[in-house]
Parts: sequence; C-alpha cells; structure tokens
Amino acid sequence: MAYQMHFGPVLDRAPEFVDGTINTILLSGQGIVIGLAIGLAVAIIRVEGPRWLDRIAVAYIEIIRNTPLLVQVFLFFFGLPYIGLRLSADTSAIIAISFNLGAYSAEIFRAGFLAIPKSQIEAGLALGLTRLQTIRYVVIVPALKVVFPALTGQLTLTLLGSSVVCAISASELTLAASKVESLTFRSLETFLVAGAIYVTLTFVFRFTYWLISLWLFHRKDPARFQIAGALPHGQERVEA
Amino acid sequence: MPAVQLNNIKKCYGALCVLDGINLSVEPRDVVAVIGQSGSGKSTMLRCINGLEQIQGGSIDIVGHRIEPGTHSLRSLRKEVGMVFQSYNLFPHLNVAENIMLAPRVVKNVPKPEAWETAQMVLKQVGLADKVGAYPDELSGGQQQRVAIARSLAMKPKVMLFDEVTSALDPQLTGEVLKTIAELAAAGMTMILVTHEMGFARQVANRTVFMYKGQIWEEGRSEDLFSAPKTPELRSFIAPNLK
Amino acid sequence: MIQSFGFSSLPILLYGALWTLILSASTFVAAGIFSLIFALLRVLGPKPVRLLIAGYIELVQATPLLILLFLAYYGLSFLGYYFPPLAAAVISLTLYATAFLADIWRGCIEAIPKQQWEAADALAMSTPQKLRYVILPQAFRISLGPTVGFLVQIVKNTSVTALISFVELTRAGQLLNNMTFQPFEVFLTVAAMYFIICYPLSYYSEYLQGGKRARSST
Ligand SMILES: Nc1ncnc2c1ncn2[C@@H]1O[C@H](COP(=O)(O)OP(=O)(O)OP(=O)(O)O)[C@@H](O)[C@H]1O
Ligand SMILES: [Mg+2]
Repeated sequence: MAYQMHFGPVLDRAPEFVDGTINTILLSGQGIVIGLAIGLAVAIIRVEGPRWLDRIAVAYIEIIRNTPLLVQVFLFFFGLPYIGLRLSADTSAIIAISFNLGAYSAEIFRAGFLAIPKSQIEAGLALGLTRLQTIRYVVIVPALKVVFPALTGQLTLTLLGSSVVCAISASELTLAASKVESLTFRSLETFLVAGAIYVTLTFVFRFTYWLISLWLFHRKDPARFQIAGALPHGQERVEA
Repeated sequence: MPAVQLNNIKKCYGALCVLDGINLSVEPRDVVAVIGQSGSGKSTMLRCINGLEQIQGGSIDIVGHRIEPGTHSLRSLRKEVGMVFQSYNLFPHLNVAENIMLAPRVVKNVPKPEAWETAQMVLKQVGLADKVGAYPDELSGGQQQRVAIARSLAMKPKVMLFDEVTSALDPQLTGEVLKTIAELAAAGMTMILVTHEMGFARQVANRTVFMYKGQIWEEGRSEDLFSAPKTPELRSFIAPNLK
Repeated sequence: MIQSFGFSSLPILLYGALWTLILSASTFVAAGIFSLIFALLRVLGPKPVRLLIAGYIELVQATPLLILLFLAYYGLSFLGYYFPPLAAAVISLTLYATAFLADIWRGCIEAIPKQQWEAADALAMSTPQKLRYVILPQAFRISLGPTVGFLVQIVKNTSVTALISFVELTRAGQLLNNMTFQPFEVFLTVAAMYFIICYPLSYYSEYLQGGKRARSST
C-alpha cells in the first residue's frame, strides 16, 4: 500500500517521451490528412457516384466500422507484403489509420451533404456550375459546419486510437512509454506521464480544430463567398 | 376565506421584474380570467401560484398552503392545484388511461380499480370516454388538451390553473376545449385562466384581470371590465378584439 | 510447432471470440450501472458532483484506452495489488466505456423536453417518481439506438486487451499466427469473426435510429 511514487527516473527519460510525442503527432497528423481525403472522396461517391461504386463504398465503410482498428493494423502490416508491398511498420500504421478514419469520416461527410437543402444544390446547378463545382463551392463549407463537432470528435478518437499501433512497433508515444517502462520499472509513473501527454495533445488538437473552424466558418472575407454569395441567402454567411 | 390570495408578490429575472407587486384574491367557485399583452407576466404569475417558479417577495396563500420566497416543499400544495399547459404536455409513452391514472396511483396511492373508475369519470367529463386506450400521438390537439384537463381533474384539485390552453389549437378545436372548461366552471370549479379569447373570458369568467408590465392594471367583473374599460391601456388592448 | 491454418485452427479463434463476448458483456453491464448513476448525477446532482463527473468524462475521453489498460495492468500492481489480465481488462474497459456511455445517456435524459418535467411537477410527483415514470422511460427509448451502437464500440475496444496478453479473439489470432506464420489468413478470419459479431449490432442500431445518423467512433 505504501507505494512511493518516483517520477524522477521516468522524467530522466524525457527525450524518449518527446520523440514519442512528435511521432504520435506525425503519425496521427498524416493519418488524419489522408483519412479525411479518403473520407471526402468516399462520401462524394456515396452521394453522387454510380450505384456499383456506391456498393463498394458501403462495403468498405461497413467492414472498417465493424472490425477493430488493431486487427486492421495487423492486416495491413502483415497483409501488404502479400501483394508485394513491403512497408515499414510506421507506413503500415499510417495506412491503417487512414483507411480507418476514411470510413468513419465518409459517413460524417455524407451526413453533412445530406443536411444541405436540395434548393442550394439546384441553385448552384442553375448558375451553370457542374455538380463537382457545386459541391466544391456551395456544399462543402456549410456541410462541414453541420458536422464539424462529429468530425472533430472522430479525429480525437483517431489521435487516441493511434496508440494501438505500438502493437506492430510503429514509433509513437505508447511504444516510447513501454520502452521507458521496461528501462525504469516505474510502470505507474510512466503511463501516468504518457496519459498526461495524450490529454494535453487532445486539448491542443481540439484547440487547433477550433481555430480551423473560425477560419472556415467565421471569415468575413467576402471573396471567399463570392460564388456562394450569388445564391439566395446561403447558410455560408455566418455572423461572427 | 379566499381560495387563492396573492399578497404583493414579486418575481424578477435579474433587473427585470416580471411580476412587480401583484395582489389578487380568488374566492372559491370564482372563475378568473387573466388577459394582457405577450410578456406582461401572465404565465409567470400562474407558474408562481403552484410553485413552478420561485417568488422573490410577498406571499401566496392557496387552499390552506402558504408560499413564500424560499418555500421548497410544494408537493402537498400541487396535489390540490391542477395546472394545464398550452402545449398539453401529455406523457407520450403512456396511453390516455395511464396518463390519467399515473399521478393518483403514485402520488396519492389510490388503488388501481378506484383510479380506473376516476379515469373513466373524468374522461366522460371531457367527452373522450372512447379514447382510454389511445396514445397521445393518435389524438388531435384538442383531444390531447382535453385529456390533459382530465389528467389534472383526476387529482381532484381544489383550484385549476389554465395557461393559454387553446392558443396552440385551430379555431375549430378551440371550441371543444372551451366548452369543456365552461362546463367545469358551471360545475363550480375554482379556476384561474390565462386566455387570449376575450369573448370566452367575458362569457365564462365572473372576474377578469388585466395585466400590464408585471402589474395588475385593472380588474373587475368581466362584464364591467369589457364593456367599460377604465384605463387607456386596457381600452387599446381590447379594442382590436371587439371587432 | 508449425501447423498450417485451416479448420483445425478454428477452435482457438472460437475460444477467443467467446472471451471477447464475455469481456464485452461484463464491460457493458458494469459500465451500464455506472453510466446510469453518472448520467443522473450529471443532470440532477449538486454542482460540485456535476463538475466532478464532467471532469471525469472529459479526462477519460482524452486518454487512450490502451493507456488506461496499461495503468490498470502494470501500474496498479505496483501499489501492492496484482491485477490478473481479466480484472485489468474489465476495470479499464469499464472506466473507459462509462465515460462515453454516461455522456450518451446524459444527452438522452436532457433530450426530454423540460415541459415533461413540469407536467410531472404540476401533478405533485417527487423527483424519483418523475424519473421512474416520466423521464427515464422516454429517455430509454431514445437511448436504445445509440446504446446498441456503443455496444459495437465496446466489442471492438476489447481487442486492445490482447496487448496485455489477455486471450480474446485478437490475442488468439496473434497466438495462431505464431504457430502458423500465415498472418494474412489468420487476421482475415479474425476480422471476419468481429464483423459477424458487430455487423448485426450496427445494423440494429441504425434501424433503431431510423437509419439517419452517422455513427462516429473508432
Ligand atoms: N427564465 C426566464 N428568464 C428571463 N426572463 C424570463 C424568463 N421567463 C420569462 N421571462 C420574461 O418574463 C416576462 C413575462 O413572461 P410571461 O411568459 O409570464 O409572459 P406572458 O404574459 O405569459 O406572455 P405570453 O402571452 O407571450 O405567454 C417576459 O418578458 C419574459 O421574457
Ligand atoms: Mg404565457
């Protein structure tokens, strides 16, 4: 019971933690960027694409959402060599995280698209925009605004979920913590420090999303809404 | 002794005093209509009377209970004061009979057969005896409001409070609810009703109270008040309604 | 011993799947009890309690499950308790799931219009009576879809307990892989088994929610 916590030996390993933290930021940052790109593409396919492509998109989404990330990580890590791609653990991890986030964010983006009134899209088409141009200039920003909380919630889960890739020894924070733990035998302290770093990271990421939302939704720059502004009262205009 | 007596009650939200020294006395079997502009404090007054809102000054005596600023335990009072809301507020997961029997059963521990009998009686009273098994979303607005009245009646209240119970209804359905209330009045129920239906207030209420800016601006026998308004505020308030 | 992956490997995976189910069910029951209490206190409790619970939810939702698991497994044993993998798994999964489920259920309770509370108030019902007869039955209905959806998250989350060598489905896959060196076949089968458990739940959850809302979770 009378356990004395000693953070000293753990904090002596600060360089490992710093490395791990940077790696986690890089890993989940790349996963988030690629994953969102996949998600956006899949969402557009689901809303606009031909039926057969939509079927494939649905299958992809359901398979990802109904299996654990850890198993997906193993599959990408062990499976890619089968098709001749020998990739590092780090790269496999990024790919697994990207495809995982792609499926979740696709459904979130789609919900956003569906929340935009049909009249907005019709107005865009009536102005002679193509469907993709309409999506690009008329739909995306208001749709993003609708789903922004759900999306950032998902991104937080992706950041924290990235910890499981330590299972294939991809370099990130939890792996770094495990190493420190095996060197110092200070398990409680080590994982408390790691937990505190994750909590901090989560809040830093959330703050970043908040800044992005300000930039995206509250800009008064008229040029930004030049095209949307031509439409009858789009929701793009947000009073700051 | 009056059934309800408001003694100089005050209710403020921050600097805004929504009720600013209200005095009102309601005798047993009185039917008092409360009229006034939107925001004049009518709902707030009603909600204070059964303790849904706390008062900040004065006191309320109601059927033997006293409410003062800080009074908390109001359940025994609410057993004797019924309240019907503009938005019906039936419990959507319960059918009509269950809606009506719930409070008598759990609050007053009335045995089931007796509660069932009461439910049928009050439903007959509001003219919906055939709807016992229906769920709220299967009823029209007017029917829902009448069930809400029946639900309140089943507690055998000594005083009933009605807050604009017809303003969510279209004119056709308004009639059936007003008829129910008029019958209750005829049966001798003590009632305070906030309403926008001037004709109804005039007919059914023996007294009418005009609220203006958180105060009782004018009150009197309904006949007198409507036919000979004394203040310019009341005159301009009822003028458009006389057409 | 090297054997090849085939039908003879299935019992190991089925054994693992059984433990995945046991772990998921225990977590759901334990987290369900805590979540109900937390959700109610979060809505109705005195301010310090509400803040405390909000803080707990925020903190745990900002921590990886894996870290909680390591804290329970490696960390707490240093305090003089030995936590067998099963106990560490259930404890950390429960702590984690409660932070999400309590939040979901709080949302369901708060989704009941305040007029329902007032109507019950006006009928002289006490707070427990209001909850028991008016609020919770309605909140329960709304919560069904999201709750079943969250069950899917619990099942998937149990996979991380493989990393403290608790033998559930994913760990069984790892062990089988060590014997067969056929990772692709093994983990594909493991994934299929998760899918068989999770997909019906997802489908049902979507059905309960009218198929409208996009779920969000890893
Ligand atoms: N919770 C609150 N916080 C602040 N102000 C409030 C609150 N509730 C009511 N008010 C204010 O109190 C005033 C009186 O409201 P009340 O609902 O009693 O008016 P009313 O006479 O019933 O109007 P209506 O005819 O529109 O129902 C209004 O100005 C309203 O804005
Ligand atoms: Mg009102």
